Amino acid sequence: MFDTSLTLADLGFLAQGAAMTLAVTAVSVIAGTILGIVFGVIRNQAGPYWSIPLTFLLDVFRSVPLLIQLVLGNAAQSIFKLGWPPFTTSCVVLSLYTAAYCTEIVRGGISSVPATTRRAARSLGLTWWQDMRYIVAPLATRVSLPAWIGLTLGVMKDSALVLWLGLIELLRASQILVTRLQEPLFILIICGAIYFIISFPVARLGGYLEKRWSPND
Amino acid sequence: MIEIENVRKSFGQLEVLKGINLTVKKGEVLTIIGGSGSGKSTLLTCINGLETIDAGRIVVDGTDVHAKGTDLNKLRRKLGIVFQQFNAFPHLTVLENVMLAPVKVLGQSKAEAEAMAVKQLSHVGLGDKLKVYPSRMSGGQQQRMAIARALAMSPDYMLFDEVTSALDPQLVGEVLDTMRLLSSEGMTMIVVTHEIAFAREVSDRVAFFHKGRIHEIGPPAQVIGAPQQPETAAFLKSVL
Repeated sequence: MFDTSLTLADLGFLAQGAAMTLAVTAVSVIAGTILGIVFGVIRNQAGPYWSIPLTFLLDVFRSVPLLIQLVLGNAAQSIFKLGWPPFTTSCVVLSLYTAAYCTEIVRGGISSVPATTRRAARSLGLTWWQDMRYIVAPLATRVSLPAWIGLTLGVMKDSALVLWLGLIELLRASQILVTRLQEPLFILIICGAIYFIISFPVARLGGYLEKRWSPND
Repeated sequence: MIEIENVRKSFGQLEVLKGINLTVKKGEVLTIIGGSGSGKSTLLTCINGLETIDAGRIVVDGTDVHAKGTDLNKLRRKLGIVFQQFNAFPHLTVLENVMLAPVKVLGQSKAEAEAMAVKQLSHVGLGDKLKVYPSRMSGGQQQRMAIARALAMSPDYMLFDEVTSALDPQLVGEVLDTMRLLSSEGMTMIVVTHEIAFAREVSDRVAFFHKGRIHEIGPPAQVIGAPQQPETAAFLKSVL
């Protein structure tokens, strides 16, 4: 017969961990997306030559394993005596990591808008900003959305690495319970199920938006 | 009036316009014909400042298009242009396509812009397609929508850049009919086209471009009916 020492309080502890995972992911994805849009537009406008420094910096964030970035980020905030709590350090590092990927998604989305369409918009007297706002942004968003959803889900799972900075997010909370209760399989199944439950709506959002936009295509 | 004085334009080593001089008066329909690469389309994009020029001057109603300090966005309000590709905004309905610029550029109210858009779309025969997305329309309908979109800005001049070239033959007629209508209403038009019969019918003057220069210009009866230059005659023979 199935028997477990897991209590309701332990489930509450896991829920707290899940809330931390969600908080770190939300802050990082929002900040990373805003930065990614800014960098993506700069990359697109500046052309390959002038955007070399930015591209190099973003390549570093895309190439170095996230765990190393988190450890180095934490060391840096300590060396520079910034006094950041682990949550802030985690969010800053994860935001830059997200921004590095999001920049390429945004750049690709903007490039997908035909030059002739943009030319037609400008020929009507729309300014650069109006062209970006009313023509490029809606069209680029459609193209970029699937990749952005993938990035968001990836960041949500990668956020588990912030446990190395001492944050008790979902995976760390599960580890603590595993150590105490010695029921690794059962607890990890619950942990995985919670990850699925919080990821599922994001994944479905993409499908919903694609369906909503499809009559126009 | 559009005044073009000794305009030169190169793309890299290739000089596309080699000193164009041309004046188009209000109410005039000027048709530009010529082979591919003769500079016809480039001239149109230079007129509304989408392309820069290397030398010379283009003046539209007293405003030097390429002078520093010229507000191109403001100037483009009076210069409607329709391209070979339909360039519909695919995420907007036909009505929204036409309303966008009047609302955002001219600052019209939505009601005002909608009334104008409905009027122009009905004018080009698309009064029943207001809520349709461009992808659901034929090439000819999309091109007529592009014409209505330009007309909704109440431009003083219309520039047409081979607007029938990308259309199936059976759809060419409907777009030409729309342009005939505009010409009969007194719209000033510069039309780059390969539709020689159309050029003969609606033009006040026809200009034949050859290797970046105006090789021959005059009334259609002369340039198309009795060309003076052998290159003009050879071109007409190849397209007729």
